[in-house]
Amino acid sequence: MSLAYQAMPLWVLLSSLLAAAVIFALGEGRPRLRIGINLAAALIKLVLVGIMLLGVRAGHEFIVRLPLMPGIDLVLQADALSMLFISLSALLWLATTIYAIAYLEDSPNRARFFGFFSLCVAATMGIATAGNLFTFFIFYEMLTLATWPLVIHRGTQQAMRAGRGYLCYTLGGGAVLLLGIVLLHGLAGPQDFVAGGTLVERGESHPLVLTLIFALLITGMGVKAALAPLHGWLPTAMVAPAPVSALLHAVAVVKAGAFGIVRVVYDVYGIELTQALGMAEVLAIAASVTIIYGSLRAIWQTDLKRRLAYSTVSQVSYIALGVALANPLASIGGLVHLVHQGLMKITLFFCAGCYAETHGIHSIDELDGIGRRMPWTTAMFTLGALGMIGLPPLAGFISKWYLGLGAVAAGQLWVIGVLLASTVLNAIYFLPILHRAWFRPPKQADDSLAEAPVGLLGPTLFAGFAALAVGLFAGSGWSPLAWVELLVQREYSP
Amino acid sequence: MTEALPVLLVFVPFLAGLGQFVLGRAVPWSQQFVSGFNLLLVLLLLRAVAGGEPVIADLGGWGEPLAIHLQADGLATLMLLLTAVLAVAISLYAIPAFGGHARSAWQFWTLWPLLLGSLNALFLSRDLFNIYVTLELVTLAAIPLVLLAGPRKTVDAALRYLLFALLGSLIYLAGVALLYAQAGTLDLALLPAATPTGSLAGPLAAALIITGILIKGAILPFHIWLPAAHGGAPAAVSAILSALVVKAAIYLLLRLWTGALEPLVSIAAGQLLGLLGASAVLFGSWQAFRQSRLKLVVAYSTVAQLGYMLLFFPMAVTAAWQGAVYHGLAHGVAKAALFLAAGNLLYYLGQDRLEALRGIDRPLAVSLLAFGLAGVSIMGLPPSGGFTAKWLLLTASLQTGQWWWTAALVAGGLLAAGYIFRVLRLAFLQSAEPAERRDGPVPGRLMAWTATALALLAIGLGLISAPLLDLLGDIPGGGS
Repeated sequence: MSLAYQAMPLWVLLSSLLAAAVIFALGEGRPRLRIGINLAAALIKLVLVGIMLLGVRAGHEFIVRLPLMPGIDLVLQADALSMLFISLSALLWLATTIYAIAYLEDSPNRARFFGFFSLCVAATMGIATAGNLFTFFIFYEMLTLATWPLVIHRGTQQAMRAGRGYLCYTLGGGAVLLLGIVLLHGLAGPQDFVAGGTLVERGESHPLVLTLIFALLITGMGVKAALAPLHGWLPTAMVAPAPVSALLHAVAVVKAGAFGIVRVVYDVYGIELTQALGMAEVLAIAASVTIIYGSLRAIWQTDLKRRLAYSTVSQVSYIALGVALANPLASIGGLVHLVHQGLMKITLFFCAGCYAETHGIHSIDELDGIGRRMPWTTAMFTLGALGMIGLPPLAGFISKWYLGLGAVAAGQLWVIGVLLASTVLNAIYFLPILHRAWFRPPKQADDSLAEAPVGLLGPTLFAGFAALAVGLFAGSGWSPLAWVELLVQREYSP
Repeated sequence: MTEALPVLLVFVPFLAGLGQFVLGRAVPWSQQFVSGFNLLLVLLLLRAVAGGEPVIADLGGWGEPLAIHLQADGLATLMLLLTAVLAVAISLYAIPAFGGHARSAWQFWTLWPLLLGSLNALFLSRDLFNIYVTLELVTLAAIPLVLLAGPRKTVDAALRYLLFALLGSLIYLAGVALLYAQAGTLDLALLPAATPTGSLAGPLAAALIITGILIKGAILPFHIWLPAAHGGAPAAVSAILSALVVKAAIYLLLRLWTGALEPLVSIAAGQLLGLLGASAVLFGSWQAFRQSRLKLVVAYSTVAQLGYMLLFFPMAVTAAWQGAVYHGLAHGVAKAALFLAAGNLLYYLGQDRLEALRGIDRPLAVSLLAFGLAGVSIMGLPPSGGFTAKWLLLTASLQTGQWWWTAALVAGGLLAAGYIFRVLRLAFLQSAEPAERRDGPVPGRLMAWTATALALLAIGLGLISAPLLDLLGDIPGGGS
């Protein structure tokens, strides 16, 4: 294998980083060129990720190692877990870029927006390919900084408040995470991510310190993953433009936190040690509480995007729950939800953006009869919502099914109760929306067909059908489920 | 050949400054050659020192113990490198910044090379008396530079600066005299062996020397002269003062503590210095957060950031040593970028009250980018030089079990985020009434890009720390 081929993670990272630099350098002046560069970069990245996906499947090694400090390396690598996250981000980046171009047509400060947007994706790529905690942290903080300008993009007082809340939470979380990483370095030296973890021997000699470090790391990640009670920034960050919310909830920030939790449990501590320290149960309980709490809060939201936000709080914790149950089947459910939730949630947010842009609809009670005016958008919303509830054979069902199987296998029957309760709650906050949209008469007299513009509707349809496909074709060899099964096999039989 | 490098580093800038003075009018381009040549000399020196052996020049050739030595080891070379890089950037920036005023331009182009030469001499000095002389030269060149912003506005600040600087010098000199009476030498290399321990005079001398340096370095509670002077001076001068001049004092403290004064210092003294440093970090950041003028925010940030370097003294292990020095480098670069960027905003707005910054992102995007990038390093977020330094200091605090410094480091970073983002957010706010603002000329490319280049360098320092820390090496004497 040539060096250039091995360094693939670096090229994937650079494809968005360079795009960001060029977009900033171009400035506001040349919108067509900017759009061209943006789309070209997204496509190039998709191709690169495709090549890498084939490579990882064939067992090729992708790793770049650059010395950063004495004894500490910047490591970018691509293993099966990275590819799960990376493929999702690359695919959805393209969709969101197209959506955002249409959404922000003729609004001010677009160069600034797309520059930080690309930077945000670059950070996500770094998080996905980070080969050790130190590298992970660099991109984790970069993500915080790149997302802040997007959250406050509108520049209103409300946006500024949301931005301040976002920074307080995420920078605080970053500081806690840093502390955990420094402590871990002091105890065990630099450690690359390795399936099964590298700390098993130290688990017996330093259980207390390791438990403390685990708590620090998970707290730091938990802020971005919106684990209750660290979720407060997420609903207020809803003031951001729709494509930002979509990206925040489906791929970038929230997923970065969830992905970090997976990395810590699998590749730093290892499942055995996590269980031996008693932290697996703590994490499972925290995740369960968040699942129920987020769903309950969602019921009382009257703003569509806020309801979706609390739904995210709840749904992302499925990932942590699956990992914490420490059992292959549950792990499959949790990890595959990383992709499934991403596709479903981005569909829902795209739809919310379509409603807002086309008819100025923000609140749920304005949705009456919208199904007649925007049938395609509403159909996609329905797909996403039913998937979230977990209706078979949609994607959400697959996740919940494996989580449930895992809970039984692990002997943690209470988790079944959590899953059932969550399903009921999901139905309570999603079904009334669907009822309003399809069966209530419109409030205004005008009920002629008025769909969202193609630029918005296209990505929405794409995301919606993708969410449908990963559920319907879960049994095929190329589905996220098949990929995750492969991955979990490697994790549990090192 | 390499022995000539330290000598040239001192005399070339001095001659350039004198030349300017004699000529009677500003010749900005000549200084560009000087700062370029200066950087070249430092790079040559860097190559010579990289082998591990310091470069020593013996002035006059009198031999021990009368000789006047100039010595460049890893630490000195890094400080020279910082100075040389900033000198290139700031000299470029100053061409347009002082373009319009013939008289102040002449004064700047005369004093700045003299200051550069004095700083070089300070870093290369190897005995306490030469250090005194160079410290005085640095101060005497720096104070008139403050006045260039317009004597009426800054005369109070400059006078207070002068007063404190003189007080610091006097106390330092008293300490040096007392020490000379004890040891009979002022050579840094000979002092540890020659100093009699046990008497009270030795520690007293050390305390006087350190106090004098603390006053010059504007360490809490002696910081009160700094904000007005650094905040009031022209941007290029503020950058020089904050990034280099106060840093020179802290450099001296690091060098003496681990060398000449090593037998005289105690653990308690180290903890006290750490306490002063941590207080400076917290108090300075808090004050920076409360300011309503941009340059005062940046000036108080200096008060805070200098405090980090003092955290070396209680910990005194290699990680702390490398962290403190690296913080000096990273802060120097980032703070210069911040001041230059702030200068650009000031240049455009005609004032630097924070509320005037609302919604100015469009015309000043590049300068704001510089401010933001430099801010990343000041906050200690990765990847940046500030982060590398913070990582090393955090490692040291956990290594030595002194977790209370961990708390100060973490809190300082979060407070810094507070004052940096407080500025940045204004640029994103929709401006209420853009028509009311009196907009000046947009700063030229040279002004915008020198600030950005320094800010990018502050980020880059997070990626290239390995060779620089190698050059610095472990803590002298292996730590205590």
